[in-house]
Amino acid sequence: MDDAIRFALNGAPVAVRGVRPTTTLLDWLRETRGLKGTKEGCAEGDCGACTVAVREVGPDGRLRTVPINACIQLLPMMHGRDVVTVEALAGPDGALSPVQQAMAELHGSQCGFCTPGFVMTLWAARRAGLAPEPAAVAEALAGNLCRCTGYGPILAAAARSLSQPVAPWEETDAAVAERLSALGADGPLDYAAEGRRFLAPTDLDALADLAAALPEATLVSGATDVGLWVTKALFDPETIIWTGRVAEMKAIRREGDALLIGAGATYAEALAEIEAPYPDIGALIRRIGGGQVRAAGAVGANIANGSPIGDMPPALIAAGARLLLRHGSARREMPLEAFFLDYRKQDRRPGEIVEAVRLPLPAEPGRLRCHKVSKRFDQDITAVLGCFDVAVEGGVVASARLAYGGMAGVPKRAAAAEAALVGRPWTEESVRAAMIALERDFAPLTDMRASAAYRMTVARNLLMRHFIETTQPHVETRLSRRPAA
Amino acid sequence: MMDGTLEPKAAIDGAAGEARRHDSADRHVAGAALYADDARAPADLLHVAVALSPLAHGRIVSADLSAARAAPGVVAVLDAGAVPGENDTGPVAHDEPMLALGPEGGVACYAGHPLFLVAAETRDAARRAVGLARIEWEKLPAILTVEQAMAAESHVAPPYRMARGDAAAAIAAAPHRVAGSIEIGGQDHFYLEGQIAVATPGEDGEMHVLSSTQHPSETQVIVARVLGLPASAVTVEVRRMGGGFGGKETQGNFCAAAAALVARATGRPAKLRLDRDDDMTMTGKRHAFVIDYEAGVDAEGRILGVRFVQKARCGWSLDLSAAICDRAMFHADNAYFYPAVEIVSYRLRTNTCSDTAFRGFGGPQGMLGAERLMDHIAHALGLDPVEVRRRNFYDRQAGARSVTPYHMRVEDNVIHEIAAEVLASSDYAARRAEIERWNAESPVLKRGLAFCPVKFGISFTTTFLNQAGALVHIYQDGSVLLNHGGTEMGQGLYQKVAQVAASELNIDLGRIRLSSTRTDKVPNTSATAASSGSDMNGMAVRDACRKLKNRLAAFAAERFGVSTDAVRFEPNAVRAGAETIPFEALVKMAYLARTPLSATGFYATPKIWWDRPAAKGRPFYYFAYGAAVCEAVIDTLTGENRILRADLLHDVGRSLNPAIDLGQVEGGFIQGLGWLTTEELWWDDAGRLRTHAPSTYKIPTAGDRPEMRMALWARGENREFTIRRSKAVGEPPLMLANAAFLALSDAARAAGTGGYPALDAPATPERVLAAVARARA
Repeated sequence: MDDAIRFALNGAPVAVRGVRPTTTLLDWLRETRGLKGTKEGCAEGDCGACTVAVREVGPDGRLRTVPINACIQLLPMMHGRDVVTVEALAGPDGALSPVQQAMAELHGSQCGFCTPGFVMTLWAARRAGLAPEPAAVAEALAGNLCRCTGYGPILAAAARSLSQPVAPWEETDAAVAERLSALGADGPLDYAAEGRRFLAPTDLDALADLAAALPEATLVSGATDVGLWVTKALFDPETIIWTGRVAEMKAIRREGDALLIGAGATYAEALAEIEAPYPDIGALIRRIGGGQVRAAGAVGANIANGSPIGDMPPALIAAGARLLLRHGSARREMPLEAFFLDYRKQDRRPGEIVEAVRLPLPAEPGRLRCHKVSKRFDQDITAVLGCFDVAVEGGVVASARLAYGGMAGVPKRAAAAEAALVGRPWTEESVRAAMIALERDFAPLTDMRASAAYRMTVARNLLMRHFIETTQPHVETRLSRRPAA
Repeated sequence: MMDGTLEPKAAIDGAAGEARRHDSADRHVAGAALYADDARAPADLLHVAVALSPLAHGRIVSADLSAARAAPGVVAVLDAGAVPGENDTGPVAHDEPMLALGPEGGVACYAGHPLFLVAAETRDAARRAVGLARIEWEKLPAILTVEQAMAAESHVAPPYRMARGDAAAAIAAAPHRVAGSIEIGGQDHFYLEGQIAVATPGEDGEMHVLSSTQHPSETQVIVARVLGLPASAVTVEVRRMGGGFGGKETQGNFCAAAAALVARATGRPAKLRLDRDDDMTMTGKRHAFVIDYEAGVDAEGRILGVRFVQKARCGWSLDLSAAICDRAMFHADNAYFYPAVEIVSYRLRTNTCSDTAFRGFGGPQGMLGAERLMDHIAHALGLDPVEVRRRNFYDRQAGARSVTPYHMRVEDNVIHEIAAEVLASSDYAARRAEIERWNAESPVLKRGLAFCPVKFGISFTTTFLNQAGALVHIYQDGSVLLNHGGTEMGQGLYQKVAQVAASELNIDLGRIRLSSTRTDKVPNTSATAASSGSDMNGMAVRDACRKLKNRLAAFAAERFGVSTDAVRFEPNAVRAGAETIPFEALVKMAYLARTPLSATGFYATPKIWWDRPAAKGRPFYYFAYGAAVCEAVIDTLTGENRILRADLLHDVGRSLNPAIDLGQVEGGFIQGLGWLTTEELWWDDAGRLRTHAPSTYKIPTAGDRPEMRMALWARGENREFTIRRSKAVGEPPLMLANAAFLALSDAARAAGTGGYPALDAPATPERVLAAVARARA
């Protein structure tokens, strides 16, 4: 058991002791290390001003570089990783790196406060080999807000710097990997400070046993939700169990006719496997959070903490996904929709962990469609999400799975609307009947995202959109991401 | 002494007019630019947290702060009883109790009203202690909406009226009448750097405050007021802000005063940095408006008489609302001549945050009212909306149709030319036809296209604010240090003013350094606001540079025995008769000859005046113009929408720095686009703002940027004598986004069956879907 947080910061190994485990990476960088280039804009992972790059060896054994929001990452979660801040990009003689040079020359900064975050996102994107294509760049930058420039100069800087070689003084991936292995941070972590404990097991059985033995402990995967409890609600748990060091939790593998997605697999990792069989779920994932959140947040973990606003559950429910839970060595499995009992209430016992999501591969790729409606295209919480899998055989609806988000306190199937469709011809008349039936399925609320009446109207119209898309494929129905010129 | 063989450079580097990058660009990208939170913390620094009212309106029956006082790390808990001076941060009226809780209880006037302060050894300890207070409330009735405030006749300032001619009679006699109403939402500034101040006590009661403020002089006055000190004992300093947009014109005062109060009470330096959610909950925003309009028009869509009623939700205190609502009235005409006009403005007091300056300062709302009217007229009469607008433009040459509703003559009108250019360059006519064809084939998605002009008045309409000061030092080595009253918030003011100084002194930009803005260097300054920063500070710096040049010229004339007329400031050198001396050599000589090398500069905008009781005058020195064509697409099933393309043409006169000016045009447009589309402020029935974080309040992202074709108007030149004939650029381009809003409205129209969509702002999917429904009614 290691009792110090060991990671590399800007090329140098560090071992941290005596710092409360809920200290965020951002606060530690700024207040303890005096690295003031990384800024706090929101302390909730939405603005990206705090972006730093994190490097680690991924499940495929290769070094990868991702942007993360330092404001909601707990410092012990850096254990075994390599952290790069904006201060470390310049060359030995102080020369700016290509991305910095492009941002400065092309007027990518005005007030400058968001700038280090943009620089780090783009730097990480360059290291990750992102293509300088407008749509990809806009997607990569969705987690960085700028209030001054209108983004044009930043997009221009991105296009230039992503097309250029990395700076000659930059380390190779192999050199970074070597430093990481030299950290000696491979084993489990049992870190304590100020009366608080942070445990990071490295294998699944140990994780399940720990969780069962410490049912009051808070389980953390990517901290994209728990991080906000800390920064906004001043959450101060006695014990945290971090799942991020358990390789099995991050694994995604084929098992029969299904994908088994480890509960710790991030959105970015899941996207790579889900997008081919389920293009619409892929498109949905690309709109979740920003790149920083998709690199940290995990599909299964966000199901486990029961966030009522997640986009994945309706999509997975429509796809017939099942949830694998484990308490110690006892395992159980249930349809995903059965897990959500009520608003913020899940069928998860104390000490039980979500181990994986079993996602059946589609009988007919592309049949399941997702319709997300929000005020902003990227990185916005959904007002209404409709995920539909309607199987039509010989002109008649053979089966229908209609799952909605934003319509109830839990992600939920529209049983009455499904019943109105199954066995009926796939016609506008049947769809209109299902649209009417939705009022028996849902009584949505009015909140800051939409009124109840709008939600119901749109929930219905999304069925009509689905019908139009399946019967009149030439009709344009989507405002897809438009590449910025 | 100059070697006659040295070739002087033909021109200096970094003159006014050059497209130079922001002066701090290299530091921004390196993370080396220091903001208020980045200053090295002294070992005894205290951190301050603020308790906020949970109620929109409530009386504090009892307050027990003992648990907060006893909490670990807490050094002081301060309520209004600890204020040595006046417990008020109101910038115009003294109507803003800084801390609602006093020894006798108190009344909180909005959900977010500061109650008391906790100072602790760490920020975390201070924030935790805030939650330990036990406060008993008596709930009072709250006024939250425009409708409620109108019904209750709840005002922060008396209604105000501007008129010319008999609008009612003209409307009644007109062949056609068009009337309607538009709701316009507010906007959070969402500066990336939140509100912050660091106060450091000195000797004899002196206080230094490092503040993120657009208005150091006012922050100084208010800190002095709260501490009961003369202004001379308080120094306010700001090097740069991480964005302002008007949100730090008055809203920085609270943090500055609170930090200073803690510093005074404890004798220790104190920092208050607001958490983002607290910042958005506490601070004022762009005003929400409801604008009712009624016009009488002829068959060609020409307005004969018009009446606007502008109802502004101002929040719980006056702040700058009177001037903001005035500016909304000043822009109810936009670029259009109204033969007979009446504009009535209501400034409504509500139990919400006190709304404040925001880029455009009421102008955007007033202007959107005018654009809605034009759009509605075109729809009602079945006319081309571009034609209707052109027919109503102020005359090209100042003539009969050139007088504004406030009796000022528009003498510099260039909107005809700008409109013609952008309509041509955007291929408006052909695209309109193409879009109609496309719409006919597309049952679900509909596209829309719209054109809008912008005419924006430049000057503070509060005339006395139009003054600026500067302080310029030339050191013995020929390096130059500039100070002026303007603050840098990303708009590039420092660079533009430095380029002015470089041109005035005819020396390379690299010789000139701008230091932080401080009230002890240049006193009694106005806010960096109203787009006036480079106009006014540029002129004040010019004045100081001219004084210095005159002194150097007089010295050189005497030294080299020539007349002062024979002294020329050449690039980085001075020619006196046959002699050419490098600038730094002349400076050194002048210093040794005991020539004063420091000068103040001053500027007061000429020509302007305003008779408020009569609502007549010349409140603006000049107007800035621009025009936009925008294309949008909507989904008629969900109301989701996207701006596809924006063609912008904007007049900045002779640009001081085209790169920086273009950045203002683009950034302003996208910020305006956010205001009118995705940025929705939403209060619940209890009056609590529920969109108080970027998770729920959505400013544009990179992917929301449409295809942009932007240009500064090549023929731009200010007919007034401004700094190098430039024009102000901070605010006007924001209103180019009105074209995007109207393009969405046009798309809703295209989805309809003849009804007027009457789109409200912001055009969220929900409002767009409602507009589609109206268009189909």
